[in-house]
Amino acid sequence: MPGIIIDKLYCKGCELCVHACPMQIISMSKEINQKGYFYATVYEPSRCIGCRICAITCPDAAIEVKAHGTHFTLFKY
Amino acid sequence: MAQDVDIILSRPKALSDNITHYCPGCTHGIIHRLVAETIDELGIRERTAGVAPVGCSVLAYNYFNVDFMEAAHGRAPAMATGFKRLRPDMIVFTYQGDGDLASIGMGEIIHAANRGEKFTVIFVNNAIYGMTGGQMAPTTLPGQKTTTSPLGRDVTTAGYPIRMAELLSSLRTPAYIARAAVHDPMYIIDAKRKIKRAFSYQIANKCFSLVEVLSTCPTNWGLSPTVSLEWLEKNMRPYYPLGTFKTPEDEVEKK
Amino acid sequence: MAKKLMKGNEAIGEAAICAGATNYFAYPITPQSEVAEYLSRRLPEVGGVFVQAESEVAVGYMLFGAASTGKRVFTTSSSPGISLMQEALSYMAGAHLPVVLVNIMRGGPGLGGILPAQSDYFQATKGGGHGDYHIIVLAPSSVQEAVDLMILAFDLADKYRTPVMLIGDGMIGQMMESVEFPEQYQTPPSPKEWALTGAVGRKPVVIKSLFLDPIALEKNSLELAKKYEIIKADEVRYELYKVNDKNKLLIFAYGTMARICQTAIDELEEEGIGVGLFRPISLFPFPQKEIYREVIKPNIKALLTVEMSVGQMIEDIERCIVGQKPLGFYGRTGGIVPSPDEVKAAVKKQLGLGK
Repeated sequence: MPGIIIDKLYCKGCELCVHACPMQIISMSKEINQKGYFYATVYEPSRCIGCRICAITCPDAAIEVKAHGTHFTLFKY
Repeated sequence: MAQDVDIILSRPKALSDNITHYCPGCTHGIIHRLVAETIDELGIRERTAGVAPVGCSVLAYNYFNVDFMEAAHGRAPAMATGFKRLRPDMIVFTYQGDGDLASIGMGEIIHAANRGEKFTVIFVNNAIYGMTGGQMAPTTLPGQKTTTSPLGRDVTTAGYPIRMAELLSSLRTPAYIARAAVHDPMYIIDAKRKIKRAFSYQIANKCFSLVEVLSTCPTNWGLSPTVSLEWLEKNMRPYYPLGTFKTPEDEVEKK
Repeated sequence: MAKKLMKGNEAIGEAAICAGATNYFAYPITPQSEVAEYLSRRLPEVGGVFVQAESEVAVGYMLFGAASTGKRVFTTSSSPGISLMQEALSYMAGAHLPVVLVNIMRGGPGLGGILPAQSDYFQATKGGGHGDYHIIVLAPSSVQEAVDLMILAFDLADKYRTPVMLIGDGMIGQMMESVEFPEQYQTPPSPKEWALTGAVGRKPVVIKSLFLDPIALEKNSLELAKKYEIIKADEVRYELYKVNDKNKLLIFAYGTMARICQTAIDELEEEGIGVGLFRPISLFPFPQKEIYREVIKPNIKALLTVEMSVGQMIEDIERCIVGQKPLGFYGRTGGIVPSPDEVKAAVKKQLGLGK
């Protein structure tokens, strides 16, 4: 089962991942981080397909993608 | 029972832990990451030296875990030439914006490319001067409003935007010249392939390599990060076609 | 090594190779193009690097990049070309990089002419670029001295991590004289942990002159200033010619001009007029205390500065002598070299002799 971890310290709240996610499971937090940004969070982690598009889009390298067990990817990166 | 957890994508080792000073949604960050991932994947971190430009990415040396030099405006290709000629065993790249490379550094880039200097140039084109506050760049699109072209770029006095990739690919010296964009995951993946290919040519000591990357500037364009991506797709892409313009093998594949 | 008859420009190139500096970047400009011509042939023989750049602006930054490797690098140019390199010079001084530049001066301002002059004194010694910095400036008066100072320039550049400039006029470059190269020159050890060699088992190194934090920028400027104080204390070089306690007049001249003054002094001696010569070899650091020491001697009645300019070094002399003795000036410029007779006439006038 795949999943992502967003490092809220690096997030600047640009929302690019929110729009990029094909499953639309990322949204902005109602809290702010140290820098004063509303950071991105995953609100439906169970629907994550591990496509990596959010991490590929993130300008601040704040997203880490993990997978448990065998994981198939649709494209090479 | 605990299952094995594989990290399939994370922050590249060639990026430092520092938080960048770039505005939210600025695609400089994506391009930094692509370069860092390339350095990691090619295993060249310990023999790479970067050259930072003047402009928004002036502090690029804070964000990479590799040795760095800070150049003056536009002179990065000359510095890279001096360094690479003395250390051909090292991998050298410059990271330059459009004001830096296409305006004040036009002389240096053309001659470095023409001499076939064996380093890699990452040329970030966002059609505006970012750091100084959104002035007109040589790459600003016709009619595009900036702080020094408040009524839009007037091509009768400012001329048309310079297409650097095309200009450099008209040189006869073998080189790898490509243009990519980072406004969409599909194009980001393509941009990374091109950057990796550029570095690979350098590792093979083959030729000069340059990847022009179309980038956004939400702050100075006055648009939100997501709308900026759409603006790039709608306005920049038609004027700046993506593709590989030149390879040392002389194949021309235009998308 | 046996003596060789060599043109100044070629000897300068050979001296650099002798000092282990086999990395050379240049753009052709009269009257020093022979250096590039000579080295383009010579450097490949010793496994060196020669790049003919697209402009002197690019030369400046090629030096920056090349010096960042920790190897010895240099360029040669002439006045208008050196003006174009001032930007890079400021960056290199700010980034503490050792480089050697040779300025075979020609007449200015502007495109000026191609004949010998000494009108870049201000630019060289006062810093032609922006910011709080100085460079070490050495002025040879013969081809042999150009060779010796060229080698010294590399040692000083490494020792102090600073740009060093050798300034000679067109005559030094074009003249042929017999020269001898040191047989067993050895590079003094200088650790180069600041050089970019790849971040292997250490943190990345950054060579830069950018300090956005004012505290950090001030710190860098103070470091530079501290370095210049040490240079002023330890690296002053000058030569005295026929200075004794009977001289009534002391001439100040450097480079080729000093040699012409020597001829004039010899001829004046035959006429029974005792004149001495103070020749600064290092123009930065300027021999301030040494000049004052000579000037206040009771036998010295008058002083004369002779230059191939309309008067540049004289401002430093004025600063050193603090009005102690009457100071005169004689100079020709635009490529005209004053003859010994002209110098003699100027000496007599300054001493109130003759017409």
